[in-house]
Amino acid sequence: MVLHEKKIIMNKAEIDRTIKRMAYEIVEKNYGVEGLVIIGIQNRGVPLANRLASKIKEMESVDVPVGVLDITLYRDDLNSAVNQPIVRETKIPFNIDRKKIVLVDDVLFTGRTVRAALDELIDFGRPKLIRLAVLIDRGNREFPIQPDFVGKVFPASSKELVCVELKEVDKTDRVVLKEIEENGK
Amino acid sequence: MKKILIKNGRVIDPANKTDELLDILIEGNKISSFKKSLPFTAEKVIDAQGKIVVPGLIDMHVHLREPGREDEETIASGTKAALMGGITSVCCMANTNPCIDNVSGVKFILLKAKNEGLVNVFPIGSVTKELLGRELSPMGEMSKAGIVAVSDDGSSIMNAKIMRRALEYAKTFSLPVIIHSEDLNLSQGGVMNEGKVSTVLGLIGIPREAENIMVARDIALAELTGAKIHIAHVSTKESVGLVKEAKKKGIKVTCETCPHYFTLTEKSVGKYNTNMKMKPPLRTQNDIKAIREGLADGTIDCIVSDHAPHLDIEKDTEFNLAAFGVVGLETLLPLIMVELVEKKVLSLSEAIKKVTLNPATILKLKKGRIKVGECADLTIIDSQKELRIDAGFFHSKCKNSPFIGRKLKGFAVTTIVKGRIAMENRTFVSN
Amino acid sequence: MKLKNKDLLGLENLDKKEVQLILDTAGPFKDLFTRSIKKVPALRGRTVVLLFYEPSTRTKNSFELAAKRLSADTLNVSVSTSSVVKGESLIDTVKTIEAMKADFVIIRHGMAGAAEIVSREIKSSVINAGDGAHEHPTQGLLDLFTIREKKGKIKGLKVTIIGDVLHSRVARSNIWGLKKMGAEVRVCAPATLIPKEIESMGVEVFYDLNKSLKDVDVIYTLRIQLERQKGQLLSSLREYTEFYGITKERLKYAKEDCLVMHPGPMNRGVEISGEVADGNRSVILEQVTNGIAIRMAVLYLLAGNK
Repeated sequence: MVLHEKKIIMNKAEIDRTIKRMAYEIVEKNYGVEGLVIIGIQNRGVPLANRLASKIKEMESVDVPVGVLDITLYRDDLNSAVNQPIVRETKIPFNIDRKKIVLVDDVLFTGRTVRAALDELIDFGRPKLIRLAVLIDRGNREFPIQPDFVGKVFPASSKELVCVELKEVDKTDRVVLKEIEENGK
Repeated sequence: MKKILIKNGRVIDPANKTDELLDILIEGNKISSFKKSLPFTAEKVIDAQGKIVVPGLIDMHVHLREPGREDEETIASGTKAALMGGITSVCCMANTNPCIDNVSGVKFILLKAKNEGLVNVFPIGSVTKELLGRELSPMGEMSKAGIVAVSDDGSSIMNAKIMRRALEYAKTFSLPVIIHSEDLNLSQGGVMNEGKVSTVLGLIGIPREAENIMVARDIALAELTGAKIHIAHVSTKESVGLVKEAKKKGIKVTCETCPHYFTLTEKSVGKYNTNMKMKPPLRTQNDIKAIREGLADGTIDCIVSDHAPHLDIEKDTEFNLAAFGVVGLETLLPLIMVELVEKKVLSLSEAIKKVTLNPATILKLKKGRIKVGECADLTIIDSQKELRIDAGFFHSKCKNSPFIGRKLKGFAVTTIVKGRIAMENRTFVSN
Repeated sequence: MKLKNKDLLGLENLDKKEVQLILDTAGPFKDLFTRSIKKVPALRGRTVVLLFYEPSTRTKNSFELAAKRLSADTLNVSVSTSSVVKGESLIDTVKTIEAMKADFVIIRHGMAGAAEIVSREIKSSVINAGDGAHEHPTQGLLDLFTIREKKGKIKGLKVTIIGDVLHSRVARSNIWGLKKMGAEVRVCAPATLIPKEIESMGVEVFYDLNKSLKDVDVIYTLRIQLERQKGQLLSSLREYTEFYGITKERLKYAKEDCLVMHPGPMNRGVEISGEVADGNRSVILEQVTNGIAIRMAVLYLLAGNK
């Protein structure tokens, strides 16, 4: 399988502005930061969660608790996976009972990751509510899941991949559309 | 009288130091002449051009399992396997059930062999009653009935005093004593050679000293008593050395080894391969080297199979529970050809001597040589014949061979027993 | 990155990367134990059969808990050793288990090579939970995990394994694992309990305990089977304790921050004094906790290896 880059969907400045806007929306919809916690889904949901938290701190001068969630062990495709996915750290160093959780991921696609994340969060406690924030909504949903905060809606076909690159993981900030080439043709 | 003429074969007979292209004429069950270019006067002519014709092979250490374990082997099935291996005479060990420790046992074997055996069968009687190492067997009576040696093979006579008496008693009847050398205290619980591999596999080892100590003891007792001893299945470097020294001193000791001891090491046990489990156990590369040297310098007189058939259910099990022993009648010759002749450890003639003349001399058999007027036991070998050893290869009831998976070269293609072509072109010929 | 084989039979044939993968995966599993719900759905619907030919409460409990925390179903099959010789053959037994569609067979057996034989016969993943004196790979892995967690590394550490190395599968698995990860390994016992040519596994042999402890980072003491003294291997347990028991006084020969480990169950006052077992160097109870995490990691990783 060969991937080739087709288009830049967002650049660094756009990502930055979008996160700022999403942070405003989160605070607005939550009527402030009371009871608010942010949980990023491994892998790239984690830096996004941290960035949202720091924007909120700039606005409200409050440290919103940030957690890390690895959904690997809750995936619905473990029985069919050829390689077992790497199990990463889950770290939620606070009680989520009665909290208002903003769950953060980079791309919303089929909705299966979010389904797994919801199941896992429920095992940690009983939050008051869970909202979903994603940088890109690329459509093609397989589960009845909708985001509450969206950076950008970008419908992509099944042959295309939407890749979010963040400097904490990838040393650069950008969102790229890639296409799968059949056997390099 | 039916005549068989074997034309143009390379005849090797160590007894006459013969190695030339000759014809052999068989009349009835005897060899009537062998010389160059005999006239075509026979009903049956075997073209042996490019083949090797040798005296019928003698395997002096075989377990035919009858009576008692006819599920593993019978005199009929075991001698058929011998035939396919080019072996015309086998000596069967006494550790059957019941064991051969009396005249009726000996007579049973001889009768069975006469009726169902496809090759010559020479029984070996036990040294002690029930192989228990306590009371002497009736060696005199059994000798009269037809045994060619005595042995408690499979077990060891741990009491040196009883061994001394046994040697003296056997000497009285001019019987060689074939000795399975194993100090049963040292080997207790052991399932393979003690060393690096047993340590890694977590298996209980049998130290080489379990063999060496007994070889040393019995050589000393042979010197004391003047009896003839024959050390069975030599597996260690030290045993070879002990026998070599003893022979120099004029002690009446001979010995044998098996193909697995000059071919395989403890490493072959690998991941608990129970076909590599036998007694004595497979040793090390150093031992292989010493055994090959012992074969070359004449310290080791004979090569035997120690054919020990065991059923799959006795081998497909935990290594500790698996039976000791491997089949060997059908792979004896090709392993000698591949591992000793081809690798120039022995000349063809020297190699053949260890499975013909030497065992015949030790056991005083009128076999193992090509002589006018003597019984026509002959083996025709195709040194180029290649076969893969797999489960389908065997004619024995059991397939517990450590050589499964190997391709070997140099097989018997025709076997003549007492003047009858019993196997021709690797096909069994019925009466 | 994945494990190469469908089975875990020993540490001898794992490569360093595979060992590292298992240790790395066990970390997040250990974190699960701090949650109130310690169970994840990763192996939901899978069947784990625990086939134990030797009584072993600890190892069996640890595997069972590991399987259950991964949401797998477990079935205990206990076979008494006496029936091994008389009854159904090992191969027939495991074929019956396979016919029940087990995904995993975890086997403990008194004879070396039993797990190997089983793995050749069936398609289910086989995990060796100890076979005779051969290997006990999950014990070796949990010990590596514990050492790495406490010391931050394994490479370059000096470890002395004390006791009945001759009969110990734990010693063999630890030697393979520690050597693979770059530790320096010593074994110390009376010569009757040291197997022949153990040096070929890359260890140094000591008979003098104090000398063997010099500058070591880890003291690993093995359980001494109380019946050994009848087997002409020891004169008496009292003498064994005098020369090889780990006591507070002995610890001073090792590094100040050395760990004391034991695979359990302990004979207090024989191979280890109560004071040391309960002391601040002891990580014996953490070995137990880590055992579950390691076994979860192994089950999880093998589940992807069909």
